Amino acid sequence: MIPANFAYHRPSTIEEAVGLLASLGEEARALAGGFSLIPMMKLRLAAPEALVDLSRIAALKGVREEGPEIVVGAMTTQHQLMSDPIIAAKVPLIPETSAVIADPQIRYRGTLGGNVANGDPGNDMPAVMMTLDATYVLAGPNGTRSVKARGFYEGAYFTAAEPGEILTEIRIPTPAPGAGYAYEKLKRKVGDYATAAAAVQLTMKASTVETIAIGLTNVSETPLLAQDAMTILAGSRLEPEVVDRAVAAAEAITNPASDGRGPAEYRTAMAGIMLRRALARAASRAQG
Amino acid sequence: MNDMTPTREEREAKLQGMGCKRKRVEDVRFTQGRGQYVDDLKLPGMLFGDFVRSTYAHARIKKIDASAALALPGVKAVLTAADLKPLNLHYMPTLAGDVQAVLADEKVLFQGQEVAFVIAEDRYVAADAAELVEVEYEELPPLVDPFQAMAEDAPLLREDIKDKTEGAHGPRKHYNHIFDWQIGDKTGTDAAFQGADVTIKEMLSYHRTHPSPLETCQCVASMDKIRGELTLWGTFQAPHVIRTVASMLAGIPEHKVHVIAPDIGGGFGNKVGAYPGYICSVVASIVLGVPVKWVEDRMENLSTTSFARDYHMTTELAATKDGKITAMRVHVLADHGAFDACADPSKWPAGFMNICTGSYDIPVAHLAVDGVYTNKAPGGVAYRCSFRVTEAVYAIERAIEILAQKLGMDSAELRMKNFIKAEQFPYQSALGWEYDSGDYHTAMRKALDTVGYDALRAEQTAKRDAFRRGETREIMGIGISFFTEIVGAGPTRNCDILGIGMFDSAEIRIHPTGGVIARMGTKSQGQGHETTYAQIIATELGIPADDIMIEEGNTDTAPYGLGTYGSRSTPVAGAATAVAARKIKAKAQMIAAHMLEVHHDDVEFDIDGFRVKGLPEKRKSMKEIVWAAYNQPPPNMEPGLEAVSYYDPPNMTYPFGAYLCVMDIDVDTGVYKVRRFYALDDCGTRINPMIIEGQVHGGLTEAFAVAMGQEIRYDEQGNVMGASFMDFFLPTAVETPVWETDHTVTPSPHHPIGAKGVGESPHVGGVPCFSNAVNDAFAFLGSTHIQMPHDHWRIWKAARALGA
Amino acid sequence: MSKVHVKLTVNGKAHEALVEPRTLLVHFLREDLNLTGAHVGCETGHCGACTVDIDGMSVKSCTMFAVQADGADILTIEGVAAPDGTLHALQESFREMHGLQCGYCTPGMIVRAHRLLQENPRPTEAEIRAGIAGNLCRCTGYQNIVKAIQHAAATLAGEPFQEAAE
Repeated sequence: MIPANFAYHRPSTIEEAVGLLASLGEEARALAGGFSLIPMMKLRLAAPEALVDLSRIAALKGVREEGPEIVVGAMTTQHQLMSDPIIAAKVPLIPETSAVIADPQIRYRGTLGGNVANGDPGNDMPAVMMTLDATYVLAGPNGTRSVKARGFYEGAYFTAAEPGEILTEIRIPTPAPGAGYAYEKLKRKVGDYATAAAAVQLTMKASTVETIAIGLTNVSETPLLAQDAMTILAGSRLEPEVVDRAVAAAEAITNPASDGRGPAEYRTAMAGIMLRRALARAASRAQG
Repeated sequence: MNDMTPTREEREAKLQGMGCKRKRVEDVRFTQGRGQYVDDLKLPGMLFGDFVRSTYAHARIKKIDASAALALPGVKAVLTAADLKPLNLHYMPTLAGDVQAVLADEKVLFQGQEVAFVIAEDRYVAADAAELVEVEYEELPPLVDPFQAMAEDAPLLREDIKDKTEGAHGPRKHYNHIFDWQIGDKTGTDAAFQGADVTIKEMLSYHRTHPSPLETCQCVASMDKIRGELTLWGTFQAPHVIRTVASMLAGIPEHKVHVIAPDIGGGFGNKVGAYPGYICSVVASIVLGVPVKWVEDRMENLSTTSFARDYHMTTELAATKDGKITAMRVHVLADHGAFDACADPSKWPAGFMNICTGSYDIPVAHLAVDGVYTNKAPGGVAYRCSFRVTEAVYAIERAIEILAQKLGMDSAELRMKNFIKAEQFPYQSALGWEYDSGDYHTAMRKALDTVGYDALRAEQTAKRDAFRRGETREIMGIGISFFTEIVGAGPTRNCDILGIGMFDSAEIRIHPTGGVIARMGTKSQGQGHETTYAQIIATELGIPADDIMIEEGNTDTAPYGLGTYGSRSTPVAGAATAVAARKIKAKAQMIAAHMLEVHHDDVEFDIDGFRVKGLPEKRKSMKEIVWAAYNQPPPNMEPGLEAVSYYDPPNMTYPFGAYLCVMDIDVDTGVYKVRRFYALDDCGTRINPMIIEGQVHGGLTEAFAVAMGQEIRYDEQGNVMGASFMDFFLPTAVETPVWETDHTVTPSPHHPIGAKGVGESPHVGGVPCFSNAVNDAFAFLGSTHIQMPHDHWRIWKAARALGA
Repeated sequence: MSKVHVKLTVNGKAHEALVEPRTLLVHFLREDLNLTGAHVGCETGHCGACTVDIDGMSVKSCTMFAVQADGADILTIEGVAAPDGTLHALQESFREMHGLQCGYCTPGMIVRAHRLLQENPRPTEAEIRAGIAGNLCRCTGYQNIVKAIQHAAATLAGEPFQEAAE
């Protein structure tokens, strides 16, 4: 497994990276942690003529609070997310997810931006970002623009990003204090993509669900926001029959592939089970 | 005696002989990254070979155009079948009496088949060039399902042998048929079934999997045209056999072929046979006159070199109503892929599948095996087991459970009732084996007592009731397996490879100051031979193991041997080692007697020297005796201390064991948890308990993987699915259960030190144990058999089908 | 494609080289620097046999280009022992606890364990299992590897090794 050759570029600023991608054209690819792209290149399923390595752009790294938002640089690694105090205090759904992504080595170099940007339906963070209603900031030849995670994923490996655009940061509305959260992932082994996974972020008051968001991983061409299930559960007290209806609504929007993880019917059912478990755990964590 | 005189215990401890947990010699280099594996080898001018492989499972090759590849700078040559044909090397013999295409000749028969071999200055250029070779195919209908292989309208796969009505093992029934191998008393078996109180019949599929050592198959071939000598370094579990094959194929005299197996990164059966990569590297080196390296990538490894299993075993037992088994009948449909490339002893096309009567005293049995071709990778190797023994043990150990279920009897009790009794050994089995020794009842009883079997069954009953009441979605399975292995192939009267008897060898040479070099015909791939063979010699000769260097793998210096697989190193080469040591010991006794000026019958061996009987203070240490062998040997005796043994074992050895697994299964997801796994092994005399324990841990982990999900899958078009470590289930430390080990010791009566071999027992016994646990969990819902592998979705599906 | 200049430190020694951009770090280490301790196992980033330590992180060197390591400080298995040849506690413990068999995964396993113990000097068994989940071993079943890491942790902490009840 040997990749084809390519030209290598290592910009130190976002502007330089955007300029390089513009001048190199469509056969150039941005390189983040490389854990999606490099195996694809080794299998010769991808053969970009040029790589623009984003790893030395300081502006793409780190976590900060900006008003009502947590801002995460696209090149912030999973390892950093698992140990960042702001993330731990404000968006614990993120480190809970990072911890079940790949393995320790990959988490050291795998980035949040790399996980969300390429539209791989197997990645975990896209559904989480949809659940958190994050916004992606894209820099391109015509300046920067923002796209909601919930509107970013168009198909397997197809996103709203235009050629030449790079993801610079992810802006996450700071969840309300005391919010409940959970990411439940079923996988065959460490290092595998999810057979199915569900993310839940909710707030509760007097045992009643105030707000809720649900994301599903790897059970369709794209990550899914389980809108109908969210509508059913909002305002409920998570009564068993309501949960049953919500789970059925969530299962209804899945369209998984049959593969080594199991046939489609199994993966759909597992999306439902993961959702049930995530709901229970998120509710148990919610205060209020 | 003063205080400085070492005690007997201290003298024994200093030897680090048999029975002690000697730390491994190998580890000193491995822990520092100084192992010497094939791909570490660099030779001046070395080129790199890479394959162009078939994208289809079944297709006619219309045209191969290598011009673009040859035009790429750094590319030296592209070999195709057309280049090999004039050399008569486009096909090579397999160990199973078939032939296998080295490079596809007119047709491809499985996805990933070798079509062309590109040789370039490094692996990067070779990979680029392989992409540039254009092959034009005409697709043919693929045959993937072995059950369709002998259908009237099945596609014809092997055009090269389509007119051969006779195969290496008798008549062929169909153009996709390989052999029909039968053993046992068919009439008697059929009669026993007819009159039986109770019978069971189940088709037990053992899926296709792969040994997948962490290091893939690889080699470096270097032809010295001036000297007319070929040196071949490679990942060879059987380097001497590879040398013979290389010599025969290349037409180079055997003494001018130097085969060297350096450190090997795991084998598990994958590295026994000869592969097209080896042959192409040799040809390329002969043609180009420079060294050529070939290194398989992981996808090539999983999808082309040596799968294992793919045995579909219709298994029947007959019994009396109180549970005495009266007969066994098995039919196997064996999928060998496109070529029969089994690495079995030549006379055994289905290996030792006829060990399938297991640990039980079954009066009459019959086994029939039909081998067929399909459009899948060739092979059928013994993946961490003696030849087809894992399949055989799976069949009997599942069948026992199914019979127990039908009888309404506890399966442990059913086993106890039917075990061969200790006093019946040596035991002649209905299918032709003579079991050397065993004490099955003691082992089983110890296992059941240790785990608290009755309490576990009581807990299971309570859990089942709770499940029925809807209080839990978790069910509990208790898996038992009791296996008898047959290892140490084997007696030359019935075991050979390409006509060479399956003896093995050891040569021991003691130097004047007491340092020893010993060489064997086997080849370690992680088993720790450098450590354990030295322990045998240490005990036999009274020389510290640290003074003994073990060397294997260099066919120029090591005596001829058949290699390491089928747990044969300890039973065969270990025996040779003891026998060679005893030859030296006999001579040492003569020298000692001469030195002590007594008759040799009046001296006796004493830990690390010889002493005069009745006068223990009159003694000579081995160090003194060794020096004397070179300095002043007795009159009429040759100087030196050296011996060689080619050991032809009188029988196989029959290790056995009792395993027990407790598994909890979440029926909503199919996710299981191995709560407890207990493994009692009886491998006879134990040479190094630490290494035995390590072998058991590793074998159980592989068994766990195979039973619970490790599979080579094909789609209907014959495309290999998931041939990477993303999909191929190799558990990490997180999924791997914790193992409890235990043992009994029943020495082999015919082995010089009583040892039986252990490396493969845990895999052989482990797979049915896990599968029995899953099946046992679901038995109360009316299930009789759930096919492996038991991955999450299949367990979930079974649960669904049973209405759980 | 034109070659790219890289400059890096490996086991304390500075190296400079011209490499093709596509040269994988593991091949650069093995072929150009003759450091053959890191092995190629799966080639897809799953087995960890190629693990090296880069700037304080465990990295799978088969899934990284050498150019990406420009300027980096790399530790491979060959640099784990002290310069005078004294073996590291992990190297001793792997031998002591029989934490290896064929030796192919061992360099990656030890380099990974080395980083794990820097971050968590006294890990629990579960933490060790999770911490080495990016390294596959086909021989040992991990049980003795876990023990070896516990043993090394105890040695480094100057405490006696206590085998956990199983």
